[in-house]
Amino acid sequence: MAEKVGVYVCHCGSNIAGMVDVEAVAKWAGANVKNVAISKDYKFMCSSLGQQMIEDDIKKEGLTRIVVAACSPHLHEKTFRRACQNAGLNPYLCQLTNVREHVSWVAKDKAAATEKVKSLVSAAVARVTHQEPLEKMFVKVNPRTLVIGGGIAGLQATLELADAGYPVTLIEREPSIGGHMAQFDKTFPTLDCSACILTPKMSEVGQHENVTLHTYAELEEVSGSVGNFKVKIRLKAKMVDAEKCTGCGICIEKCPKKVLDTVFEAGMGNRKAIYTPFPQAVPRIPVIDTENCTYFTQGKCKVCAKVCPTEAVDYEQKDEIIEIEVGNIIMATGWKLFDCERIPQYQYKRLDNVYTNMEFERLCNAAGPTNGKIVMRDGKTEPKSIAIIHCVGSRDANFNPYCSGVCCMAALKFGHLVLEKTNAEVYSFYIDMRAPMKDYEEFYQRLLTEGMHFVRGKVAEVNNAARNEREGGKLIVQYEDTLLGKQKRMPFDMVILMGAIEPQADAKELGLKCGISCSMAGWYTERHPKLDPVATMTDGIFVAGACQGPKDIPASVAQGAAAAARVAGMITKGTVMIEPIVASIDEEGCSGCKICNTMCPYNAIEFDEEKSVSRVITALCKGCGTCVAACPAGVITGAHFNNRQIYSEIEGILWDAQPAEVASG
Amino acid sequence: MSFEPKIVGFLCNWCSYRAADLAGTARIKYPENVRIIRVMCSGRVDPSFVFKALSLGADAVMVAGCHPGECHYLEQNYKAMRRFHILKHTLRAMGLEEDRVRLVWASAAEGQLLAEHIEKFVADVKKLGPLNWGHNWAENGDRLHALEAIVKEHEEAMEVKS
Repeated sequence: MAEKVGVYVCHCGSNIAGMVDVEAVAKWAGANVKNVAISKDYKFMCSSLGQQMIEDDIKKEGLTRIVVAACSPHLHEKTFRRACQNAGLNPYLCQLTNVREHVSWVAKDKAAATEKVKSLVSAAVARVTHQEPLEKMFVKVNPRTLVIGGGIAGLQATLELADAGYPVTLIEREPSIGGHMAQFDKTFPTLDCSACILTPKMSEVGQHENVTLHTYAELEEVSGSVGNFKVKIRLKAKMVDAEKCTGCGICIEKCPKKVLDTVFEAGMGNRKAIYTPFPQAVPRIPVIDTENCTYFTQGKCKVCAKVCPTEAVDYEQKDEIIEIEVGNIIMATGWKLFDCERIPQYQYKRLDNVYTNMEFERLCNAAGPTNGKIVMRDGKTEPKSIAIIHCVGSRDANFNPYCSGVCCMAALKFGHLVLEKTNAEVYSFYIDMRAPMKDYEEFYQRLLTEGMHFVRGKVAEVNNAARNEREGGKLIVQYEDTLLGKQKRMPFDMVILMGAIEPQADAKELGLKCGISCSMAGWYTERHPKLDPVATMTDGIFVAGACQGPKDIPASVAQGAAAAARVAGMITKGTVMIEPIVASIDEEGCSGCKICNTMCPYNAIEFDEEKSVSRVITALCKGCGTCVAACPAGVITGAHFNNRQIYSEIEGILWDAQPAEVASG
Repeated sequence: MSFEPKIVGFLCNWCSYRAADLAGTARIKYPENVRIIRVMCSGRVDPSFVFKALSLGADAVMVAGCHPGECHYLEQNYKAMRRFHILKHTLRAMGLEEDRVRLVWASAAEGQLLAEHIEKFVADVKKLGPLNWGHNWAENGDRLHALEAIVKEHEEAMEVKS
């Protein structure tokens, strides 16, 4: 039976029509392409009028197949499938061919672009006539959600879901939740005390009846798919029995081994070998750092075990792998600070009084190593002048091209704290001052009046080569003042480097475990940069906070809540639709060679010993089609991408080519 | 008029097809010669697709997938890679320039890279000139038979499916 295909070529305003002669394509398809019953062009096919046109034509003209030449199927495939369904046509009998992203937006020549669109339309028509109706499949959604990362984004997501009554498992690799926010003293622009607003959320998570919290834990493996993930989690050995420990802290007090804390204190202070990162840690259970503990390195000490009133210290504890089942996963793995040593001309770690922004956060913090006193490395001298260098590793072609987004505001906050706590003069060396969010510009204006100095220009280097008495013993900042157009130098007691926000070192590795990808810079890729900023390309995996891109606290909280809302929606609905694009084997033709069994990465093909044939377990198949291509007997069919459909597509796409002579002779 | 090769590109749904989408969104210009067919995974690319395209008049074929180790389906692009080497070997045996087929990797974030791959491939195929089966086969009749056999096999495979 001949199919009646409707072809609809979209102008997309001028996005397509500006480069492609869409009217000519529509006319050509109507007159020349086999099986085409109707061919039209329209301003915006995705508009409700465009969709209505398709629906009406299906009903009135009895179209049996639809081809839309418009944008990427990743944008509007669902839209047009829905239109078909509304008109009673199986949604899989619709083919969207991408003539915007793949043609009009990348082409230079109008005639060549129009020819390319013709070949894509011809391919889609050829393909669609062989497409088969498919039925959508639904799977149940496990109500439990895994949240990875206990920073502010992860905490917010966890609480939103837990408060809505859904079970959440939160894992955090450090011994306490809290993330970077726990390290800060104040938050811009309101100057709220960071700990005061964060710790209530931390303890709420720690005590919530719907939250299962695993700290000192890392993701090992993820399998399954949306609705039904199986996750393996490594619970690193804390060497402290969480059941017995009361969190009294005597072990920490008595531990004789001091260790430089490069994580929470950013190298500004010490902790013990048995420790919680900070006093308000959640949970309050300490862990033993076995790399530095005297017992683990030298075989004796055991002071912690001796003083523990509940015998909770257990030196024999081993890592444990647990397996849980969840319906959705929210990645909130955060960021790491740029390694400022990578810019040698700023002399970090070579000259004493050059600090990173995280070091300065700890220096300002009332709970930090100096109790919030801003002093130099000698621990007592208050600086008389401080330089803050912006964009260290950000907006720099040698390191990260992007703007880290939060450093300007953090620098303003530092300026305010310096002016409040000391008598020092404070200078900001900025490229551009970025203060776009609510109340940020006002904060900048406030600092201008508070007496912070602003110099527009990038600092070339920091050195200690004094040229005169005034510079003696100081850090000399060499810079270009771009407003004056002059090279200048100025002596300071202290320099703060505003290091960039970078993706976590293992972001890519973790992303691969969950099946999501990273941008070139290493940020997790959201499904759509504007319209779907929390979902990812992999159904059931969501992103929140700075792992998706540099973000300040309000934005991280908003994204955490948004991710939770998406997950809650799926749980409430109870089921999720999965594409029926799966493989199937014609057992009649199967020779039982088992080649496909070894091809499948999901073990979705089982072998029936009795009948000596292979069989696809539909629930496990993800539809990659590798087995289809591998089957020597050609009896595996990949639904919606079967050989007939792809061969036809190749035939159609080469409608204007000269076939090899042999094919005709 | 200069030679404009017709090239069929098989792009995987998750990385390279999205890289092409991204190239478009970013308005990165590249030659119009590559016509894209979407497959779910580069592992789906049956070598017969490549022969089919070449026999129907394509001057070259590009297969693009996720980077090794980053496949959406864990490791199926390795299978594409293995097949690709055999495919090249077969092309050589048939007297075809093996450079008419190319396998490239591009992640969903690498629109620029994919555009560069396409730019380079089109330039290289232009140097090779149009695919000229007859010329190559004239010297050896066996090759003609080999291709006939392959085309016939396709048709049989298609019969099974339809």
